This record gives sequence, C-alpha cells and structure tokens, in this order.
Amino acid sequence: MYGKKVSFFLVITLTVILGVTATNNQNSVEAFSPQVIQQGATGTDVIELQSRLQYLGFYNGKIDGVFGWGTYWALRNFQYEFGLEIDGIAGPEAKQKLADASEYDRNYVMEQIRKGNDFNTYGGAPKNNGKGNTNQGNKAQNQGNQAKKKGNQSQNQGNQAGNETAAEPTAVNVPKGFSQNEIQLMANAVYGEARGEPYVGQVAVASVILNRVESPTFPNTVSGVIFEPRAFTAVADGQIWLTPNKTSRRAVLDAINGWDPTLGSIYYFNPNTATSGWIWSRPQVKKIGQHIFAK
Amino acid sequence: MIRWIAITVLAVSVTATAVWGYQEHREKNAILIQAENNYQRSFHDLSYHMDLLQDKIGTTLAMDSREQISPQMAEVWRLTSEAQADVSQLPLALLPFNKTEEFLSKIGDFTYRTAVRDLDKEPLTDEEVKYLSSLYDQSGQITKELRKVQNLVLKDNLRWMDVQVALASNDKQADNTIVDGFKTVEKTVSGFDEGNFGPSLTGTSRENKPYRFVKGEKLSKEQGEDRARKLFNIKDNINLNITETGKGSDLPIYSASYRSDGKNGYVDLTQKGGNPINLMIDREIGEQKLSLNEGLEKAEAYLKKYDFDDMEAFQSNQYDNLGVFSFIYKQDGVLIYPDSIQIKVALDNGEILGLSAKDYYQNHTEREIKKPKITAEEARDKVNQNVDIQTNQLAIIENDVGEEVLTHSFLGTLNNETYRIFINAQTGVEESVEKLSTKEEKFDPSL
Repeated sequence: MYGKKVSFFLVITLTVILGVTATNNQNSVEAFSPQVIQQGATGTDVIELQSRLQYLGFYNGKIDGVFGWGTYWALRNFQYEFGLEIDGIAGPEAKQKLADASEYDRNYVMEQIRKGNDFNTYGGAPKNNGKGNTNQGNKAQNQGNQAKKKGNQSQNQGNQAGNETAAEPTAVNVPKGFSQNEIQLMANAVYGEARGEPYVGQVAVASVILNRVESPTFPNTVSGVIFEPRAFTAVADGQIWLTPNKTSRRAVLDAINGWDPTLGSIYYFNPNTATSGWIWSRPQVKKIGQHIFAK
Repeated sequence: MIRWIAITVLAVSVTATAVWGYQEHREKNAILIQAENNYQRSFHDLSYHMDLLQDKIGTTLAMDSREQISPQMAEVWRLTSEAQADVSQLPLALLPFNKTEEFLSKIGDFTYRTAVRDLDKEPLTDEEVKYLSSLYDQSGQITKELRKVQNLVLKDNLRWMDVQVALASNDKQADNTIVDGFKTVEKTVSGFDEGNFGPSLTGTSRENKPYRFVKGEKLSKEQGEDRARKLFNIKDNINLNITETGKGSDLPIYSASYRSDGKNGYVDLTQKGGNPINLMIDREIGEQKLSLNEGLEKAEAYLKKYDFDDMEAFQSNQYDNLGVFSFIYKQDGVLIYPDSIQIKVALDNGEILGLSAKDYYQNHTEREIKKPKITAEEARDKVNQNVDIQTNQLAIIENDVGEEVLTHSFLGTLNNETYRIFINAQTGVEESVEKLSTKEEKFDPSL
C-alpha cells in the first residue's frame, strides 16, 4: 500500500508539471475531432463519446464505437441534464460540455478495446476493467484524487495522443433483420454466382436472393434460399465456398439496404448456358450483364 | 521368362485397377448416401412437422382461455416455418409444389398475426375461428397424404436420389411413388380455392405494387439518355449504354449504365417522366474525410436538387466509409412511412453513390389525413406499461394487411432496448411493435 501511494504521488506530480508546461487553450481542442457526431456513426469519436457519457453515468452499454440507440438516449439525457438542446446529436456545444464535465483516458480505452477486454469508464474508476484485479482501497484513492487530476487530464491526453494508435470499433452497423453471417453467406453466393458480372449484376443477384426470401414459394431464410437444392449452380458445384471480395460485400449491402435493380425478380439465368426450357417461359424484366432476370 | 514377367505385370495392374475401382465405387456410394440422407431427413421432418402442426391447430380450437391461444399460435407459426424449410430441402424444383408452400405460408401469416394480437381486447371473431377450423381440416388431409407417401417410402425403401433421376431424365414413365404421392398432396391443396380466405387475409406475398406517382410525358430513348447523363453528371464523350425492360417489369423503364475512371454507374428511369427508381455508382472508396453528419447534409441537398420536397431524415448508418440514409415524406407534420427514399453517400468526398426511390414512386401521393380520434395520451395507455416512452409522433404506416393507417408512433425503451410502437389513432389497436437494433458485435475483432 505504501509503495502504491508513492507511485501515485509521483503520477500526480508529473501530471501537475505537464499541466503547467502545457498551455491552457488545449483544453477543448484535444477532445473529439471537429466532426458533428450523430446516430449511426462509427469510429474513434464515438468511442470517446461513449466513454465520456459513461464516465458521467449516462451510458450503460458497451463502449463499442458504434452510435446506436443506447448512445442516442444517453446523449439526450446528458443534453437534458446540462440544459442543452435535446436533439441526440453531438455538436460543438454538446462536445464542449462533455469534455469539460468528464475525463477520457484515450490510451487506456484504446488499449482495452484492442485487447478485447470487458471494461467501463464510470467516473472515478476508469481502471476497473471488470477482471476482478482491482482492490477497493485503490479505487477509493483513485476517487479521492480525481478532483486534483481533473484539470490536467486533457493536457495529458494531448501529449500522449500520438502514442497509442486508435482502435477499431468492436461492433458494426447491420441492416435491420440481418446478421453479419447472412451478409457473409450472401456475399459468398453472389461471388460464386456472379463474380464476373458488373457491379449492378452482383447487386441484382443479391436482390433475387432477398426477393425469394420474401416470396411465399421459396424458403423464408437467406440460408434456406441459398441452399435450396438445384437453385444456384454455385452451391451445387462448390464455388460458393470461394472467398468473396469487397465488391460482392458492397453489392449485398446495397441490396439489403433497398436497392433492387431487378425490380422484384425471383429468377435469373444465363441465356447461353440455361438448360431448362421452362425458365424461358417466365416474364422477363431485363438483362444485366450476362444474366436475364425474370419474375 | 519375358512372358512370365508380362503375366505378372498384367496381373498386378489388373488387381490394382480392381482395388482402385472398388474404392472409387465405395466413395461414390458414400457421397450418394450422404445426399440421400439429407433428403430423407427433410422429408421425414416435413411429415412430422405437418402432423404436429395439425395437432396444435386442433388443440387451439379446443381452447377457451386467451392466455393460452397466443403462445399456441406462435408455436403453430414456428412449425409452419419449419415445414417450409423442410419442403425447400427436397429436390422438388421440377415438381409443381407451389400450392403446398403457399398453404403453409398462409397458415403462418394467420397464426402470426393472431399470436401477436391482444386477444383480450380483440378476441378471435367467429369468422376467424371458422377459418382456423378450415385450416385444421386442410392440414389434416395434407398430413394424411404425406403420411401415406412416407409409409410407402419406408416400406419399399424408396430413394430420393431415384426421384431426382426420374425428374431429371424427364421421360413419361414417371411411375414413381414419391412423385405421384407429392402430386396427390399438391392436388389436395389445390382443392381449396382462395375463396376460403377473407379479403383481409390474402396478400401474404405482398406483390409488387403499381407505381402510382409516376407522372409526366413518355420519354424517347434519346431523352432518357440525356436525363441519365444529367443524373450521373457525366460528359457526352463517355459511352452510355441504354436498354429497355421486358414484359416482366411493372412499368416500362430505361436502364442506363456506364463504366469509366474505375466507376460503374447504373440507373433505372421510368420511361414516363424519366423518374429515377434506382441509381447506383460503384467505385473504390478512399479514407473517410467527411463525418456521417456531413454526409447527411450532402444527401439532403441532393434530394432538394431533384425536387423531393418535405423529406425528413429518418435513419442514418455508417458502413465502413459509406453513409446510408433513409428519408421519409412528411405531410402536415405526419410522417408517411411508405414514402421512403434511400441515399448512399461516399464519406471520402461526399459524392452521392446511390438513390433508391422505388417505395416513394410506388406509394407517394398527397393524402387526406383524417383527424385522429384518439389523443396521444389515450394511445399511450394502450402501450405496454413496462415500456418507458421517450417521444411520440403522428405517422402513417402500412399495417400487416397492407393498408395505410394513421397511428401514434412511440419511441420507448425497455431493458436497454429501444422499441417503436404504433397505436392506431382511430381505433386504438396496437398495429405494430418493432425492436430497433441495428448494430451487432463483431465476431472477429481483428477484422
């Protein structure tokens, strides 16, 4: 305990010295980038926003770098408590208020995220990473010294910001009703079926899969549609297990987000290789690349 | 001597070939069996599920207490989707088996709607009970036929692989028990015509609706090309490929595409009026320079430029360096959900990479919005008491049966989840409850 106290005073002395040497106007500049942060955004600014909101006790979710509903309500509550306009958007004023009222140890947070640790940043206990290795006494001390450290915290960050590279968010936005697995599976199917096609042709194949999920005469799941026997040649001959590229993924995301160049088609075929005469009887919508799309 | 050597070599090679051939044969059989097993499993599952389904519908009919009906309906609904999954696993692509699938889909839709409804306030009507018992009868007959086929399959040790061969070879000697059995099942279903389903119960497959907001003069191909060039903002020297849609399309459309500078552009324009239904540009996207918020401003400006007025940003999501925004039309302060537009913005330079306005052109119109009979406070009382309501707003949505209804929409939280709840503003019925969750933890954080 004695040793810890000494090191603690050392830290404080150091921060005070740093604080004195640094100029005051850094205070606001170092927190956040100039961007306005809104719902749906991802990245390091969102990590900081979540950390700071959690420090103040507004945000109880995971610090994952994705501005979802939890962050949105936390920010609104913060805006309400601090007498700001309640819009759920982190503009300059909200960010300034947040930076003034909270602390953010960027290096610590980034490190925790990179290591994949379970952690939180509730005020006074930023080092509590939930792994059970913090002792109560230490925590209390931390809290006791919080006030002294506060003024210098942001300068500290400013100096250290370059040391730790930013960590990636640990979550991603997914379109409603879809998991990353489905997106991956669809990207596999699209790549296997249409990797030689223009981009729109790939979106179109993804759209057909989705239109089939909607259709009562096809299975109700993405996997059901894709693995339906005799439905896709790429599934039959194993090409579905090739590794898809980024283009197919983008095409799948576009299709899921509502772009449907096939205008509701549920069939497609390559007129040069189609073996079934039946397929020609379907009402055709249009041709994209090598494929004819039909209903 | 030489003769003996030759004989030995020959004997060895013949043996080796025989062994190799036998191994190949065994491997092939193993794979065939595996495939066969998959089919068998799906088929037996299907019979079982149908049987169970019928049983559950039967018990529902005998139930009186509302508390029991809802979970029971949910169970039936689950079973229908299981059965549908089973059907899709069978090699029936060449058999006309759509009717059975549609039948399953109809049971599913009906039971789902009943399961999520508050049966205390809105109990099953006599008609619905009648409908349910007709479903019971129909599923009973289907089950009977299926069980018959199943029995034959087991007794005669029939193989699905043979069915597939019989279907593929396409000759008339289709004296195949499974094929015949399924044709009988299908016939059984066809016997029940659509008349059984009241008007409010049809429309399970929300067919593509007609476009009701496509106005203007019909454009010639050249005019269409001009319009596409303006939308893409490309010069005359870039080659633009333009085609027309076939008879499967709901309305005539010009599709224009180009490829240049690492960009692929594609647009669907209505031939009447030249309205953009879809616009897509694909290219590699550089490092993020714009915030999602700035992307939203670009999207808003774009909508203004193309005269989509009174559109309100409703949802925004960042996928890597792309921003995808949804806009909803707002009339007299009421959000009109069916009239939506999606816009995609590259966050490296703010370029508009996509526009999807299909829903907008299909649904948009100036509506006559009636005054709500129920106030927001009254509607609030209809919401589950555990939900912590944060905001409310009038909105027109399309309900389960595809009708547009005026609702009070509430955003509320419950156990760290956010829900959107729509209460009909005329009748007080809970039209829809939606859990809003659009993010997912990365499975592999190193990605």
